[in-house]
Amino acid sequence: MGKIEWAMWANEQALASGLILLTGGIVGVAGQFRGWQFAAYAVAAGVFVCLLEYPRSKRSKGTSVERSGQYCFTVCVKAFGPLTRNYYVRAFLHAAICVPGGFMLATVLGCVCLGIASLIYLVAAIRGEHWEPILPRKEVRKPITESIKNPPQNPPPRPPAEIRRKRVDDLEGAAYDNPISVTDNE
Amino acid sequence: MGNWIINHGLTSFILVVWMGINIFLFVWFYFFYDLGDQFFYTRHLLGSALAWARAPAAVLNFNCLLILLPVCRNLLSLLRGSFVCCGRTMRKQLDKNLSFHKLVAYMIGLMTAVHMIAHLLNVEWYNNSRQGIYDKLSTALSNLEDSGNNTYLNPIRKTDIDPQQIPTYFVFTTIAGLTGVIITLALILIITSSMEVIRRSYFEVFWYTHHLFVIFFAGLVFHGAGRIVRSQTKTDPPHNFTLCKDRSDEWGRIPECPIPQFAGGFPQTWMWVIGPMILYLCERLLRFIRYMQAVRYRKIVMRPSKVLELQLVKNGFKMEVGQYVFLNCPAISQLEWHPFTMTSAPEEDFFSIHIRSAGDWTDKLIDIVQHLPEGAQGPKMGVDGPFGTASEDVFDYEVSMLVGAGIGVTPFASILKSIWYKFKDSNPKLRTRKIYFYWLCRETHAFEWFADLLQVLEKEMEERGMADFLTYKLYLTKWDQSHATHVRVHSDEDTDVVTGLKQKTYYGRPAWDKEFEQVRKENPTSVVGTFLCGPEALGTVLEKKCVKYSDVDPRKTKFYFNKENF
Repeated sequence: MGKIEWAMWANEQALASGLILLTGGIVGVAGQFRGWQFAAYAVAAGVFVCLLEYPRSKRSKGTSVERSGQYCFTVCVKAFGPLTRNYYVRAFLHAAICVPGGFMLATVLGCVCLGIASLIYLVAAIRGEHWEPILPRKEVRKPITESIKNPPQNPPPRPPAEIRRKRVDDLEGAAYDNPISVTDNE
Repeated sequence: MGNWIINHGLTSFILVVWMGINIFLFVWFYFFYDLGDQFFYTRHLLGSALAWARAPAAVLNFNCLLILLPVCRNLLSLLRGSFVCCGRTMRKQLDKNLSFHKLVAYMIGLMTAVHMIAHLLNVEWYNNSRQGIYDKLSTALSNLEDSGNNTYLNPIRKTDIDPQQIPTYFVFTTIAGLTGVIITLALILIITSSMEVIRRSYFEVFWYTHHLFVIFFAGLVFHGAGRIVRSQTKTDPPHNFTLCKDRSDEWGRIPECPIPQFAGGFPQTWMWVIGPMILYLCERLLRFIRYMQAVRYRKIVMRPSKVLELQLVKNGFKMEVGQYVFLNCPAISQLEWHPFTMTSAPEEDFFSIHIRSAGDWTDKLIDIVQHLPEGAQGPKMGVDGPFGTASEDVFDYEVSMLVGAGIGVTPFASILKSIWYKFKDSNPKLRTRKIYFYWLCRETHAFEWFADLLQVLEKEMEERGMADFLTYKLYLTKWDQSHATHVRVHSDEDTDVVTGLKQKTYYGRPAWDKEFEQVRKENPTSVVGTFLCGPEALGTVLEKKCVKYSDVDPRKTKFYFNKENF
């Protein structure tokens, strides 16, 4: 555990709001409610919010858990650069998206939920969080260290590391005495 | 199949019963509203959406009754105590309390969705009827209103605003509508903040948001008070709808068809949930009393790798092995209770816990303790517990396989210590003949204190010539080349390089098939209890292995799986 990343909760909340907005919209359109045009808008808005929120952000510390199959969404969302990276943008975007939902009952709940998500995103933005894509980690090959290029000085078997360390004050005593006489194998 | 019944039989039975009750309630109330004569006129306005709203409501009542019970930890402790006679399979069910809590919550989520969608349709159709766009009967029914001796059927009475806004206006001005919206919002916030990723990483968010349940239950109790779903009441002379439904013009004028009268149903939800609410209140009260009781620090030890050991003393506190306590430190947070497994044995006159720096709460506690003057008492600490989990059954099995992963070794500290004490006193309660202990971890540094404990045990057991009583294997799952070289150089020494123990550390993960095979071979007729404290994935693996290696023949080896929940 560590510092709370509000964006993680905001993301869950926004995704849920997207689904609720979508459900409300479908009910409104299918039932041909009064003002079903707003419901049709809610369907579009719900789908948009879900697509935007599906890829989870990388956590600033600790292991990030991907949603299953979020990779291609991540790439798409990443393509918008600062627009999707900045949580202020998301907060205002969600706040704007949710407004038309308030005009008919079927989408009111989605509207309020998205409003709450927007508020949480605002908190996240104020605390300086931003969206970071989770990309498969590239294997970084460490360059071969210098010491490997130099062949070992003592023949095996070698003593463990702590004995090998040379004592500066007693160079003579620190010299390693090989128990087996090393001879050329001819 | 036989193996499966041994290990999962009772759990599945409970789930089947629960699902059965859910289905029964749904079907029963569906047909009650779909076929009942008293709802004929209501159905004429609403169609099957009436039944589709009421059936989930019944299921919701039932599940809201259940949802509070699994989180009453003191109640569960009480039950566990009274089930001693019923054997361990029964008691083991109580350890799955949180899984059940989640399952019930999923059901509540699903039923809320169905209930809400049905009511969206209901409100829209009520409004349409009120606007008079359906047939004559619908309009006539909707026009009935509370005046003189008459009663209304259609709860939408307002018609003088924009028809599109009437449903919204209606929902936000009636008790049922308003409480419905509020408790659904509370539920959604609770659900989104209890997703795995939030719960595991930002416990505070999860914990505080979950307290919206107070609003949820308050709203739930009053949700039905508006009595909006109305049914036809008996009149004298009776209003026969088969006769009168096409003659709405003549209602009240001919003796066969008086004006139909309606009344709202009696609100039932509060009757379902009041019991658990009172139980939960008692639970919280008990927690508060426990919180007020004085706790004394016996010793505060700072271990290497930021592990804090607290030795506490509390009057009347009696523990069993592998149990845990909830701690509340008001200096850090008034509301938060955090679970910690006790690492002392019941035979000791104090109880101890090891707290590893893992988050805000633990960091703050360690910080406070480090700034204490020498010999001072620590900050005020509320202790609730102890609460039992499966590992107190360890001594009931002839052979126990203990698997601890990472920080999950903590409960086994208590178990191993206690076994040692029981051994010294030749306690007759100790049925265990053999213990296999597997310790998996990524790096041992954080658990040096545990290695210390093992070392002491090892020495003492050897002195008594009981060395084969405890077989333990250590698995280091994270290591690198330099480490491996280091180990290879020391391979002919007596003790392990990492832990200083006689038993050599293994590298990588254990091959469970091999281990189970070996245990079965060494104990051909025993009942083996497998205990895990560790991640979910490992639990699944071990549970499968337990099933695989159990023999249906009652005389042969059987493995029972137990898990600690955190």
